[in-house]
Amino acid sequence: METISQMSTWIIPCMLLVILGAALWKRLPAYELFTEGGKEGIQMAFSLLPFLVGMIVSISILRSSGALEAFTQLLSPILAWIGIPPEIIPLALVRPISGTAALGVTNELVGSHGPDSFIGRLASTMQGSTDTTLYILTIYFGAVGIKRMKYALKVGLLADLIGIMASIIIVTLVFG
Amino acid sequence: MVHLIWAGMAIVGIVYAMMNGTMNEVNIAILESAQEAVTLSIGLISILVFWLGIMKIAEKAGLLNKLGKLLRPIVVRLFPDLPKNDPAIGYIVSSISANLLGLGNAATPMGLKAMEQMKKRSNSDEASRSMITFLALNTSGLTLIPTTVIAIRIQHQSVFPTEIVVVTILATAISTTGALLLDRYYYHQHRKKGG
Repeated sequence: METISQMSTWIIPCMLLVILGAALWKRLPAYELFTEGGKEGIQMAFSLLPFLVGMIVSISILRSSGALEAFTQLLSPILAWIGIPPEIIPLALVRPISGTAALGVTNELVGSHGPDSFIGRLASTMQGSTDTTLYILTIYFGAVGIKRMKYALKVGLLADLIGIMASIIIVTLVFG
Repeated sequence: MVHLIWAGMAIVGIVYAMMNGTMNEVNIAILESAQEAVTLSIGLISILVFWLGIMKIAEKAGLLNKLGKLLRPIVVRLFPDLPKNDPAIGYIVSSISANLLGLGNAATPMGLKAMEQMKKRSNSDEASRSMITFLALNTSGLTLIPTTVIAIRIQHQSVFPTEIVVVTILATAISTTGALLLDRYYYHQHRKKGG
């Protein structure tokens, strides 16, 4: 599993190499383009801010009151039997519904368990490997006036379940 | 739905705290977590600026188009209902390429254009087969580099923030394959029922 960690370290620098190489080859003003694109990043982070504040505060109320723990404790015998760590349940539940809520829960899990713990790695992988099904269906179908979405929701939610199970299995195998 | 979850979490938490005497913890959490959320958003700036800057170069260097050319034959196969030269195919390809590189902001408008083209074909308020396939691809979360997750890990002092990249790609590949198989399965099921 050493190779997987190695590959992870190489992937971003290698992409940079290819992109910067291509830019020089085509004689593009690479630095100028970089700063131009980078400006969008500032806007994006700031537009995310109110969403994150809202969600993170709400999640931490639930957590600090003890309700979240009581809930996961309640479920943990069943979950342990299937092999799902109970700590991850809030993330699995919220991931298909709201992107910022999921980001908030991920931040919370990574923070409280440590980024390099099993739960921290699992939360990171789960957050990265699926997208917000409900949001995507609402936006895309809404924009073109589709009223009957047929089996789309079923496919999206089941795919999320597959993604969640796949994350648990792969993270266990690789980092165990 | 989001409104319900958002308000629900806070309400359940406060009521639970009333009954279990954890009000003080809740009070502290409200103030501290707002602070933490701001720190997180600010922390996201670094990686977003860097990544979007690099991707701008990639786009202008024609790498996004190259990726699109690579994906096109696969996409054509995934959408048997669309003719090879349908404009929707082009938009689908660019939307997927942008998503793969983590350019959600560029992927969404392209994706909406693709939906418009597909709607022109079906001309009804019912989702067409290709629309559902396209959204199945989207909801399974295609990404190569999970930039926000890396930012969160950096924020919490990970010794190895990028170690989850390959694992994430593997998990995404599985959920995407799953989504496409489910999509095919339910399409045929639906047709049998005469839907």
